Amino acid sequence: MESLYQEVILDLSRHPHGVGLEGNASGTAHQVNPTCGDEVTLEVHLEPGTDRIRSIRWDGHGCAISQASASLFSDLAPGLTAAELSERIEVFRTAMRSRGTIEPDEELLGDAVALGGVSRYVARVKCAMLAWVAGEEALAAAVSV
Amino acid sequence: MTVIAPPTFAELTQHEIDAIRRDFPILSGEVNGRPLVYLDSGATSQKPRSVIDTERDYYEHENAAVHRGAHTLAALATERFEDARATVARFIGARENEIVWTSNATEALNLVAYAIGNATAGRGGDAAKRFRLSPGDELLVTEMEHHANLLPWQELAARTGAVLRYIPIADDGALRMEEAQQLVNSRTRVVAFTHVSNVLGIVNPVSELVALAHGVGALVVLDACQSAPHFALDVVGLDVDFAAFSGHKMLGPTGVGVLYGRAELLDALPPFLTGGSMITTVTMESAEYLPAPHRFEAGTQRVSQAIALGSAVDYLAGIGMSRIAQHESALGQLLVAGLEDIPGVTVLGPRAGEPRVGLASFDVRGVHSHDIGQFLDDRGIAVRVGHHCAQPLHRRLGVTSSTRASAYLYTTTDEVGEFLDAVRDATTFFGVTP
Repeated sequence: MESLYQEVILDLSRHPHGVGLEGNASGTAHQVNPTCGDEVTLEVHLEPGTDRIRSIRWDGHGCAISQASASLFSDLAPGLTAAELSERIEVFRTAMRSRGTIEPDEELLGDAVALGGVSRYVARVKCAMLAWVAGEEALAAAVSV
Repeated sequence: MTVIAPPTFAELTQHEIDAIRRDFPILSGEVNGRPLVYLDSGATSQKPRSVIDTERDYYEHENAAVHRGAHTLAALATERFEDARATVARFIGARENEIVWTSNATEALNLVAYAIGNATAGRGGDAAKRFRLSPGDELLVTEMEHHANLLPWQELAARTGAVLRYIPIADDGALRMEEAQQLVNSRTRVVAFTHVSNVLGIVNPVSELVALAHGVGALVVLDACQSAPHFALDVVGLDVDFAAFSGHKMLGPTGVGVLYGRAELLDALPPFLTGGSMITTVTMESAEYLPAPHRFEAGTQRVSQAIALGSAVDYLAGIGMSRIAQHESALGQLLVAGLEDIPGVTVLGPRAGEPRVGLASFDVRGVHSHDIGQFLDDRGIAVRVGHHCAQPLHRRLGVTSSTRASAYLYTTTDEVGEFLDAVRDATTFFGVTP
């Protein structure tokens, strides 16, 4: 239990980061987990005229894993370029799908490594991925315009 | 309120429950290093050895195509298949030709809706005219339906121009019957509702709803998924026109469901799926169809599953549905009383002391059902989490999801106790403040 629900995850689920949509985003995406009804709407805001992420804002509801994961994503992204964030999303996805065989890379993912335990719980990987998939979609929308 | 368990039947003794548990191989297993506490029978029940053996024996000794071929095995398989139909018919007080095998309850409900749609499209000749819908006709469901008894009617309404309406619920989950009386009118053609809510555990007032529906000539379609496995179902006594339930929720295998329909209705309804084994004469232009039930059983049937479902029904009948109902009703009360006692926990549906079957769904303040389910799973306790295929009901109750514990004949009071302890510990773990 404790490996899945690390203290930072429980804390973030109670006091999430990056919550509240601002509008006028560079890209927005909405993701739903149909098995539980969890959903997230996520905005990517770029620094004007660049492909560097200024901030991530999100709104939604779901389990502790999905809420903490959205918070960790919104902490990680600011300051990265679109390409750098895409790479990190891919690294995170690979770790999540590894069934516990790949430890997430702390240099690339920062505090989001706290979600590493999720990969051993196949049914919960989707919870952890929800915001990151929304981020990927919002990012694609942001850089395509 | 429907009284589920007449007090005249002796309670299942601990000794009997222990013996029942030994019949279910999976129940002696472990999950995450802890003895399995299976509280997800509302989703699917576990299977006794007799059911598993029946299906295996069929494949080892009797397997053949039914209703075709003249060889000995084909005759034997056909006999077993039809015997199972008779067994299920007896179980719910119906006649054999009133039992249609389907893949599951969802298909059974879709069968009725699609057949009515086919009648509306002009199929089925004069006999099917009684089913034809006109724009503005009304289909009535309830706010607590499982999606399986909601979406087929939404789709039928969209295809025919009929209007879908619903009976709302009160905060305690009870249907608002005074509104039902207003909603049922001369345009109402179908009243489809669940016997027992898969989320609330509440037993709906079938006779009152049947009286309202039949008073205006509407058909009654009963979703019996959460009643047929748990207490004696008498479709004739209830006077419903159709009823649907699934095999896997009542000790049977997956892949088989049952549609009951009054014989005169089934014989007048046009088919849903068409193809082999359901016809009398076929030309390149048209076909004539067999009477019910075979006109609704196109193609190769789920023979082994139907036979194994017959075995499951024999197992249930051997113990007695009234005694099973009494046991589960007591467990339902234990569940609710225990949950109501835990700070931060809110039970959906009837309060302790009110009638309910052996299941309880609940919300934990500030904690998602997935997290509760994960905590319980770590202790070997299996529950259902999510919206239980009843999103409108959850929305009405102001929650997006809930955790459900559902008992069956093999569930013990000790297991309920372990579950309640674990929920209490989960509220501590996730920091729920009293």
